[in-house]
Amino acid sequence: MTADAVQTGRSIGLLRRTYRRSPPAIIGGGLLLVLAVAAVAAPWLTPYAPETMDFNAPLAGPSASHPFGTDNFGRDVLSRVLHGYRVSLAVAIGSVAMALVVAIPLGLVAGYYQRWLDNVIMRPMDVIMAFPAIVLVVAMAGFFGQGLVLMMLALAIVYVPIIVRVMRGAALGVAGELFVEGARARGASDLRIMVRHVLPNAITPVFVQASVLMGIAILLEAALSFIGLGVEPPTPSLGLMLAEGRSFMGRAPWLVIAPGLAIVLAVLGFNLLGNGLPALSGPRRGR
Amino acid sequence: MPLTQFVVRRLILLLPVLVGMSIVVFLLMRLVPGDPASVILGLRATPQGLAVIRDQLGLDLPITQQYLHWVGNLLQGDLGQDYRSNIPVTTLLADRLPVTIELTLLALVLALVIAIPLGVRAGVRQRGLADKGAMTLGLLGISIPDFWLGIMLILALSLGLGLFPSSGFVPLSDGLFANLRSLFLPALTLAVGLSAVLVRVTRAAVAEVQERDFVRFLQAKGLRQRAIVYRHVLRNAGIPIVTVIGLQFGYLLGGAVIVEEVFSLPGVGRLIVSSTLERNYPVVQAGMLVIALMFILVNLATDILYAVLNPKIRDAYR
Repeated sequence: MTADAVQTGRSIGLLRRTYRRSPPAIIGGGLLLVLAVAAVAAPWLTPYAPETMDFNAPLAGPSASHPFGTDNFGRDVLSRVLHGYRVSLAVAIGSVAMALVVAIPLGLVAGYYQRWLDNVIMRPMDVIMAFPAIVLVVAMAGFFGQGLVLMMLALAIVYVPIIVRVMRGAALGVAGELFVEGARARGASDLRIMVRHVLPNAITPVFVQASVLMGIAILLEAALSFIGLGVEPPTPSLGLMLAEGRSFMGRAPWLVIAPGLAIVLAVLGFNLLGNGLPALSGPRRGR
Repeated sequence: MPLTQFVVRRLILLLPVLVGMSIVVFLLMRLVPGDPASVILGLRATPQGLAVIRDQLGLDLPITQQYLHWVGNLLQGDLGQDYRSNIPVTTLLADRLPVTIELTLLALVLALVIAIPLGVRAGVRQRGLADKGAMTLGLLGISIPDFWLGIMLILALSLGLGLFPSSGFVPLSDGLFANLRSLFLPALTLAVGLSAVLVRVTRAAVAEVQERDFVRFLQAKGLRQRAIVYRHVLRNAGIPIVTVIGLQFGYLLGGAVIVEEVFSLPGVGRLIVSSTLERNYPVVQAGMLVIALMFILVNLATDILYAVLNPKIRDAYR
């Protein structure tokens, strides 16, 4: 057996063991991997560019050359769905990453120091959380403008308090543990204790939340683009496709079915992954 | 702690959040890139027009005074005017609010009708058929975008079978049946997401209570399973279910924004969206305030109900 084959065998073994511990994590992760690869490889998967119009074949039903049919401009729906995924995934990853960068330190500090610092950090969070997410995101799009980056920023602002709360709660629990007390007795600095001892033991629920929030980001991006406050045409966005397809759905139902199913698959992937993560991070945290 | 004292304390805790909320909504308007007055008037801007708006908003005053002025008006029920039609925003809201309230309440009722029986059955007999149904609903319900579900329901039940109108609202004064018929699809759309969360919580709560000794005792006493579940188990599982309903109400209000748009219902949500699209800021601000206020009041009501159900919780606010 060659070294490569041994390596492959080991990887498959690891995959199988992981699957046994948490089927949803592997199914969700696998689903997302397939979707992400399809989004990146879109130009090679379909011969049509998302913006190319074909006036000889408007509203053509699903066929061998157009598996998901074409829209009113004769654009290939499959190609637009795959390119739409690029926008969805970019918004999901971008918004959550921005929120994590701000929220993890805030939550860690609030949960570790508690008392007045906790109040200073948490009370403004309560205020942001008093607004339903979609209302805040819609308003921000109206006040500050539209576009991909602004949308990520708006979502990140909505997400920060949610992640801070999760991080704070987990840090609060870990900060009272004996090994933290021990580290302090050994003379470790607060910063070192937070980063080396509290953070690694409190991060799992944050990752679970992050995964769920990425799914919600895909929903919010689609919703925002659907009502005309997200990305602007002709950028292919799943929500925009739904909005445009609505006028023709009586004659061409695939225009609203394909992008919608695409959203469901991606969100399902993130939710499954989020559900399955706790089971992977050691038996103690399994819920 | 007596209940009244608990309610008073809870109200006092609310004040900072209300102040914070008003600051956020106020600042949004002042942080708009460019001069708010020229943003409001847009292409119609004339020097006189700009001066009038600047004066109305008090843009020449220091920002703290502007805020106090704005809040003062707010407390007197003056939310400003629609910049397009000059109708007071309060009048606009008074027209739209009943639609949103009816929609969300109907959705809540539908969600309870779907989720409670299913969740109870799933919790009592785990790994049964109802349990599989509950888990599927619990996962799919939170993964399906509500606006897409709405479109699919229109496609199948309105365009396909012709059972329901595909859009529009029939007021209650035109008859209860027609009114409910116009709201059924939007309410169902909203209810699916909520029932997904509710079914999970109900299942977990019932399963947990089911394990307790008093249930064994009732079983040994020979009570019928049905009586045990609905009279004893559900009552004890009620607290987490009530809490989640309160927390999820914000989801319903947020969902209403999009669902009203899909079904062309004249509610507050659609008002917010259309005003945002035409940059009619006073209306957007007022809509945000109203939605957030409803959300906060529902949470307050939840907390009070919670304290009624479980007196121990009142001491947490000492």
